[in-house]
Amino acid sequence: MIEPGLYNYWIFVVLMMIGFFIVISRGNLIKKIVGLNIFQTSVFLLYISFGKVEGATAPILDPRYTEYSNPLPHVLILTAIVVGVATSALGLALVVRIREAYGTVEEDEILRQDEAP
Amino acid sequence: MIAAHLPALQVVLPLLAAPLCVLLRRPVAAWALALAVSWAALAIAVALLVQVLDSGVVSYHLGGWPPPWGIEYRIDLVNAFVLLIVAAIGAVVLPFARASVAAEIPAERAYLFYALYLLCLCGLLGITITGDAFNVFVFLEISSLSSYVLISLGRDRRALTAAFQYLIMGTIGATFYLIGIGLLYAMTGTLNMADLAERIPAVSDTRTVHAAFAFILVGIGLKAAVFPLHLWLPNAYCYAPSVVTAFLAATATKVSVYVLLRILFTLFGADFAFADLEIVTLLLPLAVFGMLMASTVAIFQTNVKRLLAYSSVAQIGYMVLGISLATTTGTTAGIVHLFNHAMIKGALFLALGCVFLRLDSVELDDMAGLAKRMPWTMAAFVAAGFSLIGLPSTTGFISKFVLVQAVIEDGRWYLALIILLSSLLALIYVWRVVEVAYFREPAAKAGTGATEVSEAPLAMLLPTWLLVLANYYFGLDTSVTLGVAGRAAASLLGAAPLGAAP
Repeated sequence: MIEPGLYNYWIFVVLMMIGFFIVISRGNLIKKIVGLNIFQTSVFLLYISFGKVEGATAPILDPRYTEYSNPLPHVLILTAIVVGVATSALGLALVVRIREAYGTVEEDEILRQDEAP
Repeated sequence: MIAAHLPALQVVLPLLAAPLCVLLRRPVAAWALALAVSWAALAIAVALLVQVLDSGVVSYHLGGWPPPWGIEYRIDLVNAFVLLIVAAIGAVVLPFARASVAAEIPAERAYLFYALYLLCLCGLLGITITGDAFNVFVFLEISSLSSYVLISLGRDRRALTAAFQYLIMGTIGATFYLIGIGLLYAMTGTLNMADLAERIPAVSDTRTVHAAFAFILVGIGLKAAVFPLHLWLPNAYCYAPSVVTAFLAATATKVSVYVLLRILFTLFGADFAFADLEIVTLLLPLAVFGMLMASTVAIFQTNVKRLLAYSSVAQIGYMVLGISLATTTGTTAGIVHLFNHAMIKGALFLALGCVFLRLDSVELDDMAGLAKRMPWTMAAFVAAGFSLIGLPSTTGFISKFVLVQAVIEDGRWYLALIILLSSLLALIYVWRVVEVAYFREPAAKAGTGATEVSEAPLAMLLPTWLLVLANYYFGLDTSVTLGVAGRAAASLLGAAPLGAAP
């Protein structure tokens, strides 16, 4: 039985494994980048989940509230999102260059072309 | 005034100079700026090491926010030493870079090369200097993203696929590290390394901390190319431009090994990693397999760059072997080999860069009879190759001597035999290159062999020989390297939370 409080963490694990599996199993370079994105996004969910304090509000100062969620994971994940965007952009740029050089984005096709003299 | 801000300048200077390189556009101007900045970074690294040797740990609070709230740059002997390695290689490679970059990278992209080089340098220095676990991730990604682009600048189209493969593996490694740090933060509520070291023992029996340890170990192992996580390395080194190979081979994996040291000894502490989890039963066989397998694979390579890349995987095995013993001598061997191997591989890859400039190839067959045409280059290769094998009076000998001492001290004498065997394998693959270059007649076909080429320019030979001579200088006078490495190892194993804050 899944405890309700751990729901987010289960989703994190499932998403992480899905993303990781796509990266490993797919031969299409674009799909690999998609998998990598799912993999990275799952980690964002992990951080945001443990930043949440039950019964607390968003970390914006207001006299009506006394309890706030932890804002530090949010800040860390902002940085990680920037890193993720940069990685995806660079990965896709490389895919464009690979497509120009090989005429394909399929990994096995690229390997075959490299093996042929 | 400036002296107080040296730790920040160490990282900020290359970071700010990188966009300036893009604005300058002209290759010569960008090169001159990068050269000035890299030598300034070296001067700062030397000043910091002197400061640490004189007065102990330097703690710098970024933006004036005291730790554990703000980001702290914390420099003790270990990272001061690694900073010096990275900055020194960064500074020595740049004078070499100008001719090599002009030959291998289109002129209209050369300024981008220098900008990325500085960013990569900034990232590597940042990983080393910071005392904040999340900051390590940020700098890791700065250095990784720039190195993916640097590798993809190679002229062979396989450089693109090598860069892509490295991007996938590197990102997985960095994300694993991020998951591990997240789990640690969830358990301890801090990201400061010294703070983490204090709070982890209280929760070290939980599964969360064990999972965090595993995630971080695998993530950093991927970046450090610890066998069997090294699959990205041979292609990346093989198809990258010569300068990039020399720079990355001498610095990037070394910095990751340093992070491994920090994680094992400072963050989790030797008691947790080695006594409770017995990590030695995992690391030691991997290190030994890595040494033997990668050396054997290296023997059968026909591309000399790829040959040396496999040799790098084997050499990382030596470092991990030293570290995995968790004794002072073993860790000293690991740290001193970090420094020595950076000089050995730096010199070898720079010599190969000279070969590539003239021959346009580093295939073994094309190098036949090359020693007659490029005597200085090949002499540098052979001299650095001796150091790689570990002949007496070279730095490679010092590393292996200390390592053998460490394994015998630990009662694992059979490992000494394996180290000897692995050195013999190194002798074989270095000898293959020597045999072809010195004793084989040049190929008969015009334009393909070594018949028409001349010696590499002085600007490229000087940095190469500087590193080669450093190999012999530090092989004869070990007081600096062994002395610092020994004290660094003692501080890692002794006072695990790095002494008191000043």
